[in-house]
Amino acid sequence: MSVTHEEPELIQLLTPEGELVEHPDYPLDLSAEELRGMYRDLVLVRRIDTEAVALQRVGELGLWASLLGQEAAQIGSGRALRPQDMAFPSYRDHGVAWCRGVDHKALLGLYRGVTNGGWDPADHGFHLYTIVIGSQALHAAGYAMGVQRDGALGDDGTAVITYFGDGATSQGDTNEAFNFAAVNNAPVVFFCQNNQWAISEPMERQSRVPIYQRAAGFGFPGIRVDGNDVLACLAVTRAALQNAREGQGPTLIEAFTYRMGAHTTNDDPTRYRVSAELEEWRRKDPIARLHSHLSRTGRADDAFFAAVEAEAEELGERVRADCRALPDPEPLDLFDNVYADPHVRLEEQRAGYADYLASFDGVGAEGGR
Amino acid sequence: MSGTTSANAAKLTIGKAVNAGLRRAMEADPKVIIMGEDVGRLGGVFRVTDGLYKDFGADRVIDTPLAESGIVGTAIGLAMRGYRPVCEIQFDGFFFPAANQTFTQLAKMRARSGGRLRLPVVLRIPYGGGIGAVEHHSESPEAYFAHTPGLRVVTVANPVDSYWMIQQAIASDDPVVFFEPKRRYYEKAEVDTSAPLEAATPMGAARVARAGTDLTLLAYGPMVKTALQAAEADTDHSIEVVDLRSISPVDFATVCASVRRTGRLVVAHEAPLSSGLGAEIAARVTEDCFYALEAPVIRVGGFDTPYPPSRLEEHYLPDLDRVLDGVDRAFAY
Repeated sequence: MSVTHEEPELIQLLTPEGELVEHPDYPLDLSAEELRGMYRDLVLVRRIDTEAVALQRVGELGLWASLLGQEAAQIGSGRALRPQDMAFPSYRDHGVAWCRGVDHKALLGLYRGVTNGGWDPADHGFHLYTIVIGSQALHAAGYAMGVQRDGALGDDGTAVITYFGDGATSQGDTNEAFNFAAVNNAPVVFFCQNNQWAISEPMERQSRVPIYQRAAGFGFPGIRVDGNDVLACLAVTRAALQNAREGQGPTLIEAFTYRMGAHTTNDDPTRYRVSAELEEWRRKDPIARLHSHLSRTGRADDAFFAAVEAEAEELGERVRADCRALPDPEPLDLFDNVYADPHVRLEEQRAGYADYLASFDGVGAEGGR
Repeated sequence: MSGTTSANAAKLTIGKAVNAGLRRAMEADPKVIIMGEDVGRLGGVFRVTDGLYKDFGADRVIDTPLAESGIVGTAIGLAMRGYRPVCEIQFDGFFFPAANQTFTQLAKMRARSGGRLRLPVVLRIPYGGGIGAVEHHSESPEAYFAHTPGLRVVTVANPVDSYWMIQQAIASDDPVVFFEPKRRYYEKAEVDTSAPLEAATPMGAARVARAGTDLTLLAYGPMVKTALQAAEADTDHSIEVVDLRSISPVDFATVCASVRRTGRLVVAHEAPLSSGLGAEIAARVTEDCFYALEAPVIRVGGFDTPYPPSRLEEHYLPDLDRVLDGVDRAFAY
């Protein structure tokens, strides 16, 4: 038995050629200044990403998960958030982190191996990165249930968003999160960046139906948006967040995009995918289309583009310097923050290890390590 | 049997030895299938299943959806249908979504069925630290499994054991958790792949990796190499190194025979110290060898903290100096 699906509708407000298109459900009226701001965001997060990949190559980072190709999905949705909103990211969401004011140093620290966290989620409305796939979707659903119980809904209320990829839609946790959110009508937006690849496995290994259609089975709306269109991502996410805010429950957004790089710097995609696919997606580049629109309509001039380039250069330099300057943690930091209250066994181990390290003093600079 | 069993000694890494063992098991038994994330075209993130998809096809090497509970749960179903699934859990820290299927279903099914059901499922788990990885990629969760009745738990420290023990694990009618020391994947040794499987050292047996008379240093998986280095480094004492190989059940006959010869025991593992394998071994050796012991059993392990960010892992992991410190403590009595 086969089930056929019609080609799903893809919400698009800016074509790959840089043409604006109207959508009746998602009106968006951005000033030239706002458009230029989005362009700047896209360029700068791509620069952070490019620098981070290079820093990994020279051993300054242990690993990096590149967002290349996914800038529009992240900036569009990230700029739709309000300060009071809460985001639960995965581990590739550097563009959302940018929108939430998380410094690049914190992201670099995580991938350099100086911290497993790096920032205070409360300061940014941006939870820590989550590596075990799909876990954070349940945290977002639970947080949203808390928002509900706090009575923090309404026009100016709080909405919650969680980010995950196409692979995560296979996990039980993600599907349980859909269900918890649905039965509670929780104010949460599930933002899936479908970048077509879960390491080496293409989309058809994860799902037989388009991801956005999963939502219907759980009883809430699902929408597919052009994930390389920053404007569509902004408009669709803004509307979904507003619905959540106003107590109308969850939405699943599938941002249809492409992982232009490797899964991480440890991965070699030439083993499992063809370059023609990459070329096809290169023509849909999220930055090129906004550049094309801005220059064609005169909403930005050469001086603007040059200024953004210069800013990116300067940021790139800072990223490199900041990364190299990140200090290693102190050995005894190992024992910090495992428990809220003093813990007798750990205090013993801390004291024992301090004595042990001290026993090398004078033996050799590095204690023979 | 096929051509791979022709008389041949090959120099293999641990990763390649597991790969060769998987291949031989698949050739020997059409019911053996591989499943996991990225095990097909990519050959696994550590390339341990490299080439198997090409040679055995998508029916026998299954790129699963990204869902560990799904992998173990469907492996149980496949086993009920007569297959022998070998599941790759991509990294130690990604096992936990499959904990329910493993602990409540896989481990108990045989006992519940009064022995009518057998579940010859192998869970291959690359484990341990020392590769500079991000969070959840360096865990040593073996004690959870060892504490679960119904599971056999083994680990390897060299290519020879890797080649044979993966085949023994697949041949076992019990569920076997097969831990692979990821920081040692590239250790090389000669492996004679021509011998029959029946001739290999039994999967449950510990092995004296280095003979000595003054102290027994017991380790498994990635720590065996460190233990051997410590034994070499301590020129004042004759240290015997025992490679445990099987974590559950532990081969206490071999362990206790060694301790009776040496009178001292140090147990080293990467996993957190408290309630780890070392604690079980110390308790049992104290019971069985009390009058042979000249010192309390000393444990050397990771700290009772979450696995730290990689820039601190050299402080977390027991290294040569920490093992030697344990040895010194045992000789202080």
